[in-house]
Amino acid sequence: MSDLKRRNLGIVSGVPAAIGGAGQIGESTSVKDITIERHTMSVLVDNESGVLARVIGLFSGRGYNIESLTVAEVDAAQHLSRITVVTTGTPMIIEQIKNQLQRLVPVHSVTDLTVEGPSLEREMALVKVASTGDKRVEALRIADIFRARVVDATIESFVFEMTGSTEKLNAFIGLMQPLGLSDVSRTGIVAMKRGSGTE
Amino acid sequence: MATEPITGAEIIVKALIDQGVEVIFGYPGGAVLPLYDALFKQNKVRHILVRHEQAAVHAAEGYARSTGKVGVVLVTSGPGATNAVTGLTDALMDSIPIVCLTGQVPTHLIGNDAFQEADTTGITRPCTKHNYLVKSVEDLSRKVHEAFYVARSGRPGPVLLDLPKDVQQAKYEYVNHAGQRHRTYNPVQKPDRAQVEKVVELMAGAKRPIFYVGGGAVNSGPLACKMLTDFIRLTGFPCTQTLMGLGAFPASDPLSLGMVGMHGMYEANHAMHDCDVMINIGARFDDRVTGRLNAFSPGSKKIHVDIDPSSINKSVRVDLPVVGDVGHVVEEMMRIWKARQVKTDQKALAAWWDQINKWRARDCLKYKASDTIIKPQFALERLYAAVKDKDFYITTEVGQHQMWAAQFLKFDKPNRWMTSGGLGTMGYGLPAAYGVQVAHPESLVIDVAGEASIMMNIQEMATLVQYRLPVKIFIMNNKWMGMVRQWQELLHGGRYSESYSDALPDFVKLAEAFGANGLRASKVSELDDVIKEMIAIKGPVMVDVAVDEKENCFPMIPSGAPHNEMLLGPEDQAAKPVSEEGMVLV
Repeated sequence: MSDLKRRNLGIVSGVPAAIGGAGQIGESTSVKDITIERHTMSVLVDNESGVLARVIGLFSGRGYNIESLTVAEVDAAQHLSRITVVTTGTPMIIEQIKNQLQRLVPVHSVTDLTVEGPSLEREMALVKVASTGDKRVEALRIADIFRARVVDATIESFVFEMTGSTEKLNAFIGLMQPLGLSDVSRTGIVAMKRGSGTE
Repeated sequence: MATEPITGAEIIVKALIDQGVEVIFGYPGGAVLPLYDALFKQNKVRHILVRHEQAAVHAAEGYARSTGKVGVVLVTSGPGATNAVTGLTDALMDSIPIVCLTGQVPTHLIGNDAFQEADTTGITRPCTKHNYLVKSVEDLSRKVHEAFYVARSGRPGPVLLDLPKDVQQAKYEYVNHAGQRHRTYNPVQKPDRAQVEKVVELMAGAKRPIFYVGGGAVNSGPLACKMLTDFIRLTGFPCTQTLMGLGAFPASDPLSLGMVGMHGMYEANHAMHDCDVMINIGARFDDRVTGRLNAFSPGSKKIHVDIDPSSINKSVRVDLPVVGDVGHVVEEMMRIWKARQVKTDQKALAAWWDQINKWRARDCLKYKASDTIIKPQFALERLYAAVKDKDFYITTEVGQHQMWAAQFLKFDKPNRWMTSGGLGTMGYGLPAAYGVQVAHPESLVIDVAGEASIMMNIQEMATLVQYRLPVKIFIMNNKWMGMVRQWQELLHGGRYSESYSDALPDFVKLAEAFGANGLRASKVSELDDVIKEMIAIKGPVMVDVAVDEKENCFPMIPSGAPHNEMLLGPEDQAAKPVSEEGMVLV
């Protein structure tokens, strides 16, 4: 992820080009930046009906990507939910996404964790592996290495619960493939800023 | 503040009154009967009965755009709500403050495919600024007031309240929530001062500056437009306006270059292309303005003032963004400009004006005059000559006539020009015109129309007649969907697929059938008299002007071309075929 954490051009306070002749005139205009970046955004919203549809509709309606999306209430007293969305796009698109989210009426705040980092990202998966004999033993051994927990077992199957980065989950699921992988359920990414600061 | 419990319908009407609503445009139906009953029992809010729900929204848009107030719409559930969708989308695209009240089936029936049920909040989510399904009468007064606040704050837009019938009938206390601070939605009004300092600095050093003024200036209000006008005059810089911005700066001012964009003025587009500092005030770099993006004003530093941060850097990367309301930003610009006693580069500006005047001398609106056939441009020139000294408002439909109206009618004041810019909705002009007329009963309101567009909401003639609204409908009848035909000529080898309107009605008889007045001008010699008579008649008038069927709208930036490659007329068009790349663009 770290190579993707490129500082975006701020829009309200950031002035990309110097004023008064230092910058070459027109160098920054109308040139499409084609670098695709991956950003994780944390969106605090009022927990009211339709709010998720509003956010998803914004992405589909404007042709933005959603790589992962999670949502749950985080403050019952204040009726607040947090949506964590992982998206990709050019720097201009990423800036648009942030501004478009920000102007939705029930949105309290939008934090681009990739820009405002350092941040933590975690995902959870339930992984069902159905096998017997050596494969079953090997699955259990690998699960132990990955610190996955067995949350359900039968004579011919396990369900592992595993938490970690997306890459770690991908690696574990990849290893289970030849060992009888039968079902995967993932939560998508939840994320938070490191340190004492809040969003 | 709390009072005796009253019904939800009464709460809504009370909230409307507290919001200063004087008129609503609507059409009744099963799910809004309690609301109509509450309206019947009071006389503070006037109701205008439209003939189609789409027209109700356009009428409210006309009302809102000519007054600066929030336009209010009331329609029933299901088909009432779906018919309003085009109008809501139109208002969203053009940033017009609307509150649309829709009836809904009772809460216990929602989701049951009940009679006249539609998922109104689901359908209208992408075409409103915000919407609410009010499921409890306890939330009602707060949400109605909030809807008005959201509609008019920041970048204005349409807000919809979906009101189940049982909520309209349930009883609760009314609380006036007007003026309460919103928990999340509080758009920035005042600009960052340091940023405005940089703007003034950049402007002060400009050699080839241009102001590019859009609908945001109009939305900021007449006072903001006045301040902007004063500021532009102080700088002496040229100023072009978008289709939405016409009137924000006086067209008659020598600093005005007229409209920019696809059918904008030659001098305005060339100046935009060649400028070194562009000062965008409340415009959004729409594709009709920019033309080909990578060839748009390649050598300029761009300043962008907008109240909506998501408008900034959306399609064109700008150098100096300023988030704020036009009025506040211009006030700050003026203050800093004066405090710094800015001295502009007079020599460079004089050279720039010389260049602009050379472009002006091309006289891009020139057309081939005729004494046998009425040229559409001539018809509008005569119309303008007849109305220019009067208190007039213009609405339009969509197409060639709309572009000609934007070119040939001049607006010195904001809120006088109502046209569907973003969505390009045929059928907008007639309902918008009576929305304006309701707000300005004594003024001259003209819908400049095409014969194809006017048919899209022709039923609204009945509304004009019912309320004796003296709207003048000026149809420039060329028997074609003119803009479609023009593009087919330009891009599709003259294969005029389905763009000819066969079987048009006799508009004079049609007007008479509705109980209005009909007039016709077929010859050049009849035109002035017909216009004079149209204005003299006290009631609604429909005028059928037979114009040249083959005339095309110029100047034009063909799709895919940059600003400095405009077609000035038919000869140019023959000499410069449009690229393959341009053909795929709209």
